[in-house]
Order: sequence, then C-alpha cells, then structure tokens
Amino acid sequence: MGTDSMPAPQGIETGLDRTQELSRPGTYLELVHSWIVTVDHKRLGILYICYALVFLLVAGVEALMIRIQLFYPHNDFVSPYTFNRLFTMHGTTMVFLVGMPILFGFGNYLVPLMIGARDMAFPRLNAFSFWISAFAGLLLYYSFIGGVGLYGTGSAPDVAWFAYAPLTERPFSPGHSTDYWAIAILANGIGSIGTAINIIATVFCMRCKGMTLSRIPLLPWLYATVSFLVLVAVSPLTAAQAMLLIDRYLGGHFFDTQMGGSAILWAHFFWIFGHPEVYVLVLPAFAFANEIIPVFSRKAIFGYPAMVAASVGIGFISLGVWAHHMFTIGMTSFGNAFFTLSTMLVSIPTGIKTFNWLATLWGGKIRFQTPMLFSIAFLFQWVIAGLTGIMLSVSAWNWQLHNSYFVVAHFHYVLVGAIVFMIFAAIYYWYPKMTGRMLDERLGKLHFWLMVIGFHMTFDVMHFPGLLGMPRQIFTYEPDRGWTLLNQIVSVGGFIQGIAVLVLVYNLVHSYFRGVLAGPDPWDAWTLEWATTSPPPAYNFVVDPVVASRRPLWDLKHPEDPDSAFE
Amino acid sequence: MATVPLQHATQEGEWRLPSRGMVAMAGLITAESSIFLIFVVAYLYYLGRDVQGPTPREVLEIPYFGTVCLLSSSGFIMLAERAIEHGKIAAFRLWWGVTILLAAIFLGDTGLEWRKLIVHDHLTIHTNLFGTCFYSLVGLHASHVIVGMLMMLVTMVFALTGHLRAEHSYRVKVLALYWHFVDAVWVVVFTVVYVVGR
Amino acid sequence: MKSRANLVRRWLFAAGVLLLSECAWSAPSSTSIFSNKTTPAHQLNDLSMFVLGITGLIYVGVSSLLLYAIVKFRARKGDTTEPPQVFGSIQIELSWTIIPILIIVVLFLTTARVLFSVQDAPKPKNALDVIVVGHQFWWEFRYPQYNVVTANELHLPVSSKDAPRPAFMKLTSADVMHSFWVPQLDGKTDVLPNRVNEMWIDPHETGLYLGQCAQFCGPEHAKMLLRVYVDTPEQFKAWIAAQQRTQAELTAVPGGPEGSANEAAPNVGNEAGVVQAAATSKAPPNSPTTRGNVTPSMGEQQQISARMGQYVFEHEACISCHTVAGTVATGRYGPDLTHMMSRETIASGAVPLTKENLLAWINDPNQLKPGSLMPAMHLSERQNEQITAYLMTLK
Ligand code: HEA
Ligand code: HEA
Ligand code: HEC
Ligand code: CUA
Ligand SMILES: [Cu+2]
Repeated sequence: MGTDSMPAPQGIETGLDRTQELSRPGTYLELVHSWIVTVDHKRLGILYICYALVFLLVAGVEALMIRIQLFYPHNDFVSPYTFNRLFTMHGTTMVFLVGMPILFGFGNYLVPLMIGARDMAFPRLNAFSFWISAFAGLLLYYSFIGGVGLYGTGSAPDVAWFAYAPLTERPFSPGHSTDYWAIAILANGIGSIGTAINIIATVFCMRCKGMTLSRIPLLPWLYATVSFLVLVAVSPLTAAQAMLLIDRYLGGHFFDTQMGGSAILWAHFFWIFGHPEVYVLVLPAFAFANEIIPVFSRKAIFGYPAMVAASVGIGFISLGVWAHHMFTIGMTSFGNAFFTLSTMLVSIPTGIKTFNWLATLWGGKIRFQTPMLFSIAFLFQWVIAGLTGIMLSVSAWNWQLHNSYFVVAHFHYVLVGAIVFMIFAAIYYWYPKMTGRMLDERLGKLHFWLMVIGFHMTFDVMHFPGLLGMPRQIFTYEPDRGWTLLNQIVSVGGFIQGIAVLVLVYNLVHSYFRGVLAGPDPWDAWTLEWATTSPPPAYNFVVDPVVASRRPLWDLKHPEDPDSAFE
Repeated sequence: MATVPLQHATQEGEWRLPSRGMVAMAGLITAESSIFLIFVVAYLYYLGRDVQGPTPREVLEIPYFGTVCLLSSSGFIMLAERAIEHGKIAAFRLWWGVTILLAAIFLGDTGLEWRKLIVHDHLTIHTNLFGTCFYSLVGLHASHVIVGMLMMLVTMVFALTGHLRAEHSYRVKVLALYWHFVDAVWVVVFTVVYVVGR
Repeated sequence: MKSRANLVRRWLFAAGVLLLSECAWSAPSSTSIFSNKTTPAHQLNDLSMFVLGITGLIYVGVSSLLLYAIVKFRARKGDTTEPPQVFGSIQIELSWTIIPILIIVVLFLTTARVLFSVQDAPKPKNALDVIVVGHQFWWEFRYPQYNVVTANELHLPVSSKDAPRPAFMKLTSADVMHSFWVPQLDGKTDVLPNRVNEMWIDPHETGLYLGQCAQFCGPEHAKMLLRVYVDTPEQFKAWIAAQQRTQAELTAVPGGPEGSANEAAPNVGNEAGVVQAAATSKAPPNSPTTRGNVTPSMGEQQQISARMGQYVFEHEACISCHTVAGTVATGRYGPDLTHMMSRETIASGAVPLTKENLLAWINDPNQLKPGSLMPAMHLSERQNEQITAYLMTLK
C-alpha cells in the first residue's frame, strides 16, 4: 500500500509528542471517562462514527425484518403494528442516527485536519452536539421499552418517517410513540445545528496560513455547504416538531384538520426540511469522492472551481424543490410544473460534478484499492439513482410512481448505492489515519463484491414491483399481483448486504489489532491530514502548517512540478 | 512527514481570518431565522381560516409601548458597545442596565397582553387556530427575549463585579448582535401579527 | 481483445436490463402502470416511455464513458510515475453544462404539456360525478347525481368515442390522509381531510381494475384495497337502479318505483371544509320497517333467520356505525351495508364476501384485518349467525 516514492516518515520528535503518555489508558474506567469528557474533535468524530455504525446494524436488522415479512404474500412474521414500527424506525434511524452522525463524524475528524487547524472552532459545543444527538438516539429507542403501547409491544413510533399529519395528532396516534419520535428528532436537530455552526466557523475562521478560499480542499468546502443547508433546512424541521408538540401537549391546532388546520402544511414543512436533508446526506458522500477519486487516479481533481460552484449551486437549488414529494397532494398545475422544472435543474450541477469525476479518471493511472472500488461503484450507481430521480420529477409520471416501491428503489439507490458506498470508501480510506493500521485488503474486496451483488439484487429489482403497482409501507400484499418473486429476490439481496456489512465489522475489529501499520501517508495522498502521524496527536500538527496550493503534499513530493506554480 | 515543515514562503503578508464568534452568531441567526420563518408562514397561512372565534381583529390591541421599548433598546445596546470598546465601564453599566430594563418592560407588557387575552377574551392556545398560532409565534419571540435578557444579566454581573474590561468588548458585540436580531424579529412579528394579521 | 470482451460485457448488461424490463411489462400483473386502457393513464404511459428513452440514453452514454475510462486508464504494473496533471478546461466544462440544459428543456416541456392537458382538462357536461371519501381502511363512494352511496367497490360506466362518459371524482377524507390509486386507470390522487382534490378517469375497456390506498394511513394501510368495475352502460344503469332502492322499498314493495329520491346530494367539504360525513344522501327512512320493533318470542330468538338477524342488528351497536337505507340503521362511521351483497368482497377487498368470512368478520374483525376500526361485538355464536343471515339478504 505504502509507496516507495515517499520519503520515509520521520515521526514526531518524541520529546514533543506527549500523546502516548497523556492518553495512556490507565484503568478501564479512566479510559471510558476520558472518552466521555473529551472535547477533541478526532475523538468526537470517532464517537460519532461508532455510534452511527451501531445504529446501522440496528436499522439494518429492522430492514431485514421488513424483508422477511415481505418474502411471502400474507406472511405473518410480524404484526401490522410491528411492521409499521419497523419501517418507521428503520427510516428514521438510517437518516437521523446513521446518515447524519456518520457524516458529521467524518466532518469532525477531517475538517480541522484538512485545513490545518488544531481543533474545531468550539470544542465544547462540539461535545455538547454529540452528546445531545446520542441522547436523541437513545430516547428514540427507549420507546421500544419505554411504554406499554396500545397493543402491548412497546410504543415505538409507527407513523412513517415523514409522519404526515393528521395521523400524528392525538386522536389518531394516542399513547406516546409519536412524542418519542418528535422529541428525539427535535433534540437531534439541536445537535445538528450546533455541529453545523461549528463546522462553518471552523472552515472559515480556523484555516491555516496560506489557505485562501480557493485553496480549501473540496471536502471542507462541501462540509461548509452542507452545514449551511443544515442551518436553513433542519431548523424548519425543528419548528415543525415544536408545532407538533404544541398540538399534542398543549392542545394546539396547527395540524388539526377538525379545527380548520391543514394536513398539507405539515407536508410542506416536512419536505422543506426533507429534500435539502437528502442533499445534506449526499454532499458529504460527494466530498469523499472528491478526495478519493483524484488520489487513486493520481490526478488533481478536474475543474476545482466548477466543483465548488456546483456544490454550492446544489445547495441553493435544493432549497426550492421540496414539493416534488407532493405532486399528488393536489397542487395547482402551475405548482406542479414549477417544481418539475426546479427539480430537473438540480441535474445540471450534479451533472457537472459527475462529468468532472469522469474527467478526473480520464488520463489518470487508476489504482484499484478498496476505497477506489467503492468510489467507482458509486459513480455508476449515482448516475442510475439520479436518473430515476429525474423520472420521478416528471410530475405527470410521478402520479403513477409516487409512494410506490419505485420511489423506495430510487432513494435506496442514492442512500445505499451512493452514500453508504461512499461511507464505506471513506472508512477504508481514513481508517489508517484514525487508528494507525490498514484495513485488510482481502476482506475489503470480499466486502466490496458482496455489497455490490447484494445491493444490485436488492435495489435494482425493487424498481419493478413499483412499476407493477406495489405501494410502499404495506405490511403485506396480495398474491395475485405478480409481486411475489420480485420481493423474494429483493429479500435475498438484503441478506447478502447484511453479510457484507458483517464482513466490514469483522474487518474493522480484526484490523484494529492485527492490521498492517499504516504510517502517516499510506495512500500517497496530497491533503494536510496525511502530513501528520496516524493517528494524529491531540494537537494535530507539531508546527502550524502553511500552504501555498490546494495540494500541499503534492508540492512537497514534486518540487519539480508544484501546483503552486499554476494557481 | 510530520516534521516536514509545511512552510512555503508566503507572499501574502498578514494572515487574517473572520472572527469565529461573529461567524457562529451569524450561523445561529440564520438557523433561528428559518425557525421564525416557519412560524410566520403558519401564522399567515391560517389567517382567516378559523372555524370559530375570536378573531385577531376582535381581541388584539397594538402594543405600541412595548414595541417602542424593545426597539429603542437596540439603540442603547449600541451605546453600551461603544462604551466598552473605549473602556468606559461606568457608561457601559448604565447603558447595559437600561437595555435590560427595557427588555423587562417589554416582557411585562407582553405578560399583561396575554393576561387580558386569556382572562378577558378567553383566548388560549387551545381555543382556535388563531390562538395556537398567536401564542406560539409571540411566545417564541418572547422566549428569545428572555434568553437574551438572561445573558445580558450575566454580563451585567461581570460588569458590576469588575470582571469586564475593554478587551472583552468583542464578546459583548457578539451578544449585542443576538440582541439586534431579537429586535429585528420583533419588527417582523409585529408586522405580521398586528398589522397584516388584523 | 480487451475492448471486445468489454463490448460483450456491455451488451450482456444491456440485454439483462432489457430482459428484466420485459418481465415487468408483460408480467401477469393487474396493477402494472404500463398496461392501461384509460385516457389519463395512457397519456402518462406515453410520457413515461419518452422519459425512459431519454434517461436510458443518458445512462448508456455516461456509463460507457466511465467504463472506457476505468479500463483504459488503469495503472499498469510497475509503473510508478505520475500521469500529467490536468486542472480543468473551460470549453469541455461548458459543453457538459449546456447539453444537460438542453435535455432538461425538452424533458420539461414534454412533461408540462401532458401535465396541463391532464390536470386542467375541462369537465364535459355529461360527466359522471363521483365523491370519494377515504376512511381509515375503507372507501366510501357517492354518486350525487343518483343519490347512491356505496363502499369499497366503485362502479363506472365504460366510455367510448360515441358516448363519452368520463368520471369526474372529488376526493376527500374523513380522518387522515389516503391516496386513491388504480394504476391501470390513472395516477394517484391524495385524499386529504379538510380539502377536496379532483381527478378524472375516462375508461375505455370494461373489466375489473385493482388498486389500493397509496398513502400510509395507519395499521391497515396495506389492506385498504380498491376495486373499480368498469361496466357497460347498460350494466351500469342496472347497477345504479338497484343501488337506489332502499331496503324498505325492497321489502315493502318488491320491485317498487325506481329512483325515488333524486334531490341534489349534499356537497362534501363545505366552506369551512369540514367533512360532513353525517349528512346522509339517502332519503330519510320515512317508513322504517317495523319488524325491529316487535320483541320476538323466545322460540323465535332461537331461530337463525334473517328476521331475527335484523332484530339483533338493530338492537346492537351495529346501527350506530352502519347504514342500511330504509331501516333504523343510519350510522356513518362504517361502510354502507344497504346493498352489501351486491359486492364481491368485504372489508375493502381484504377477503371475498362469503358466508364464512362474514361470520368470521362479525365475530372478530381483527382476525381478518388486524387494526380495523370495527370492534369485535362479543355476540353469541347464534347471534352472529342470525346477523349473517340478515346481512346475506341485503342484495
Ligand atoms: C441522498 C439522497 C437523495 C438524492 C441525492 C436524491 C436526488 C434526487 N431525487 Fe430523490 N429522494 C430521496 C433521496 C435522494 N434523492 C428520498 C429519501 C426520497 C423519498 C422520501 C420519502 O418519500 O420517504 C426521494 C424522493 C424523490 C422524489 C419524490 C418521489 C415521490 O415520493 O413521489 C423525487 C421527485 O422528483 C426525487 C427526485 C430526485 C432528483 C431529480 C434528484 C437529483 O438530485 C438527481 C440528479 C442526478 C442526476 C440527474 C445524475 C447525474 C447527472 C447527469 C449524468 C447529467 C445528465 C442528466 C440529465 C440532463 C438529466 N426524489
Ligand atoms: C441511509 C438510509 C437508508 C439505508 C442505508 C437503508 C438500507 C436498507 N433499507 Fe431502507 N429505508 C430508508 C433509508 C435507508 N434504508 C428510508 C428513509 C425508508 C423509508 C421509511 C418510511 O417509509 O418511513 C426506508 C424504507 C425501506 C423499505 C420500505 C419499507 C416499506 O415501505 O414498507 C425497505 C424494504 O425493503 C427497506 C430496505 C432496506 C434494506 C434491505 C437496506 C440494506 O441496505 C440494509 C443493509 C444493512 C444491514 C443488513 C445491517 C448489517 C448487518 C447486520 C446487523 C447483521 C445481521 C445480518 C444478517 C444476519 C444477515 N428500507
Ligand atoms: C365502531 C363502529 C362499528 C360498529 C359498532 C360496527 N361496525 Fe361494522 N364496520 C365498521 C367499520 C369502520 C368497517 C370498515 C372496516 C374496514 O374495512 O377496515 C366495518 C365493516 C363492516 C362490514 C364489511 C362491509 C364491507 O362491505 O366491507 C360488515 C359486514 C360489518 N361491518 C357489519 C357489522 C355488524 C354486523 C355490526 C354489529 C354486530 C357492526 N358492523 C358493528 C364499524 C363498525
Ligand atoms: Cu388509506 Cu393508506
Ligand atoms: Cu426530494
């Protein structure tokens, strides 16, 4: 893995580096304590990532239970009530307790390192944000045992992850399941907003010397965009949850249709959050691709300014497309047309990004190590996912596709095929930096191929029941509709993905103890995080770095052809 | 690698970055604005959609006095900012105290208004859509006034005990920015609730 | 050689995609969005083919380029040099900004045309009015022009070139959000409380069309099925005529005058927008059959007869939720049972309408449809059989 073209790392002067000494484990309790009180961005980042991985397993098991239930028509593996809880919790968990935290985790870890800072702008706010998000996750799951629900099996939320009113109002959702949901999301939202503020302040105010705006690596740029989106998009969700709680606890009528309230208003509020949210999830995945693809193609990213502009553009356009989730709700034809157009416009900046990645590959010398394998699969899958998105945005056709399994296939194609794949790529790529050891390549390739096979079995096939009229969120279906075989293939694929994830988990644990030592720069990369030891000391850099181009390490390694000459 | 000093000769002279306090406060204000925006949209959307009274026109009175107090506090806090910048602690204490006082008066005014609405007009958050939207929006703003006031009180304690000095003027400014935001939101809320809404 | 192998692989891939989609098209599915014979569904279908074509081309184009790049530019063994660094090119980047813009313009205009022509289609004079009311886990259908109320199974006349008879539907909900979706007839339209949405269907072929609720609405969302019967005009007329009779007329004056009540139906969703589910559209039961008022003898109570069934039905809570027009049963919470036996299924398509299922249903609806809002009435077995016997007479 390591390349010989690099000067051997000399290691931090032992006299200066007191990390080992300071972080000596001591007793087990001291170790736990030190992680709980930590304000170090790297530790918090790792906490975020571990927390998200645990919930990935939980939500994945929920998904598999969904798939078992749908294996046969009229299956009674779980009751309808349980099924509704399963997909609600699966969706909510995957989006709020897996997607957001893992992306924030990488952001926390990488942003300060990549801009050459010693920590985030507000380390204590950072810790607060993490712990409140952690609290939110535990609260959400406490609902399973926290109350004897209406039907005796706990009272986990069962109103779908978009929780359309008035199903969430007291008369239709008695008990406390919806309260757990609303409060957990509210708390999680506060954590997200805190982190977003922190990341923005870090990117703009903590850069090392010489790192002008046009030299910030793409990852921090995209994280800044994402954080901006979080500020303007998660806040409406927070507001909407507050309204829902006012309705449920104080007897308000925001979404009470009997008192003249409106169900559509909730839908608007939710999707004003919900749509930007999906770009909040995908932009970090793009950010990983922006770092990984160039390094393994051995070429600088193609069209850096266009990449920045396109990302910011995606951020802005995505604020104006939310109602494409509501084409069937009864908007005027003008409204439908407007949101069709605005949605389609997103494909222009995303297209620019896609083609720039292609152009980065073009003329390179591509190395197929595990992170790159995941990134390449990501490219193919992302294009398909985006194109099914375009199909969905054709409002007149959307009347057929909406709320069918075609939509489920579309969004898993993005959420799994693009985001989870890029998260895996990022894990393989930065694990050496975080732990000092490489992940096992053989297991990595096994993981990759299992994941690709499982993914395509599950989510390619899932489009077809949708086209054949299968709505989502149904706990069972009729045998005479021609959906059975397709559902069975999908279910098997889900389990293959499960095995793939298990391989990853094994690899993570195994390599932590047995992995090959990584050294500071195993991939022969170019950004600042590779300029310090793996794992980096608490203070990140012995000497505050100073940069003169976008790829400071490239300049060091290639004094004959430095980037700084071109900027 | 770690020891490789990433020091290139930098042509740029001094390396200046925006201050993180201000940037963070701007971020917080962005987030808060979107929260308020949602409540304002709900308020406007539900205007006149009630299935039962009372209507805003019947019960709302324009709170001129409180509004004047709150808006003028923005001016006084600016005087306080200037004072601390020049290290005039006594003047700072005065203007800061006036600002807090005005905020308290505003809150008291709101309290009286709510009392009248609840006791006299029987309008609660449960009565109808208007009640729900009104108490939520005005209450959300009032809660921001309370938070701002508490933070100013803490600062006041520091100022009175002599822990506040000119070099802290930057932090005072960040807090003042928040206060200006709270005032600006009131202009919007006032327009929506008492001008458009009636 | 290498590129040959690749070409083969690519063709195989394309063939696979085609095969799969072929399966989807021709699968024996009664709910495929691609097999349709109605006007709006047909237009949506043509549009979808067009969009599929364009996006398919884009995919083939982009993925071929990707494949080519990956194969062509892979690192060779032993080569440790770095490739030339290229930072960008304005011309190329402009071209892949402008071409997508052009594609989008085409896609948008095509969509807009279909969108406006379907959504803003004028309503012809002779259109059939239907009011659809979604309830938690069942459908209520009203024909205001005929004063007919029925549940779960919608009947529409077929529409031909010479005698066009599109159905214009107003949709609203009594509780939470639902969505009306019969893929072969049209895309879906959401059914919301406190709001009236509209859609229209112009069916060209008779037959039974299946669909189901497409908006999550609670535990039994999965079994909120839909059945739409497209009848010949004659069948439809006969069906309407049968539905118009109250049970009072049926029993008192067999084959009595047709269509006795023809006043305009109440409008759902008045100004305040609150659904007035209580306003019955049937003539009030001016002469409720009196059978129910006579206390039956002990001997009679043992019998399993329709007469006795009606007695039990009318003395249990059934009537507070169900209507049997012409009797004291005027509840609006559950489906109208006046002509229950004219339907093929119960519980919105959950099970076929047979004696056994009816018995089981009355005994405990949650056995057949867990989460259904009809409670188990805890009647004796005999009472259940009596009620069933009665219900079986509601032709
Ligand atoms: C990270 C997640 C993510 C991402 C990135 C996207 C991206 C897109 N999504 Fe998706 N979407 C979801 C997650 C995501 N979506 C989720 C979770 C839901 C369902 C929520 C729920 O109901 O529970 C959903 C639902 C959803 C709907 C509503 C479906 C319905 O319920 O009826 C629509 C409709 O327009 C849509 C469209 C799009 C479009 C146009 C894009 C675009 O951004 C895609 C753009 C990309 C490309 C187009 C490919 C690359 C470009 C080129 C190769 C250039 C050339 C292309 C052209 C000129 C066309 N999405
Ligand atoms: C980031 C987001 C994300 C991710 C990664 C996934 C991943 C998966 N999702 Fe999910 N999904 C959503 C977000 C996501 N989903 C959302 C938002 C909804 C909508 C919810 C709603 O409608 O309210 C949804 C809904 C949804 C449905 C529709 C439910 C319905 O409408 O009725 C289905 C059905 O198949 C499904 C399946 C899967 C599967 C099989 C995976 C797989 O990729 C999961 C793979 C992972 C694992 C399997 C876990 C790891 C393995 C183990 C823990 C070991 C145990 C394994 C074995 C014993 C084999 N998802
Ligand atoms: C609390 C209200 C309530 C009571 C009381 C009630 N029902 Fe029902 N009934 C319903 C509802 C709601 C449905 C629709 C259930 C569904 O499809 O999910 C229904 C459905 C039915 C159906 C199926 C109708 C169809 O066409 O699908 C029959 C038959 C029926 N009820 C008979 C009875 C009888 C007989 C009684 C009394 C012993 C009774 N109901 C009492 C609410 C009630
Ligand atoms: Cu009604 Cu789903
Ligand atoms: Cu969207």
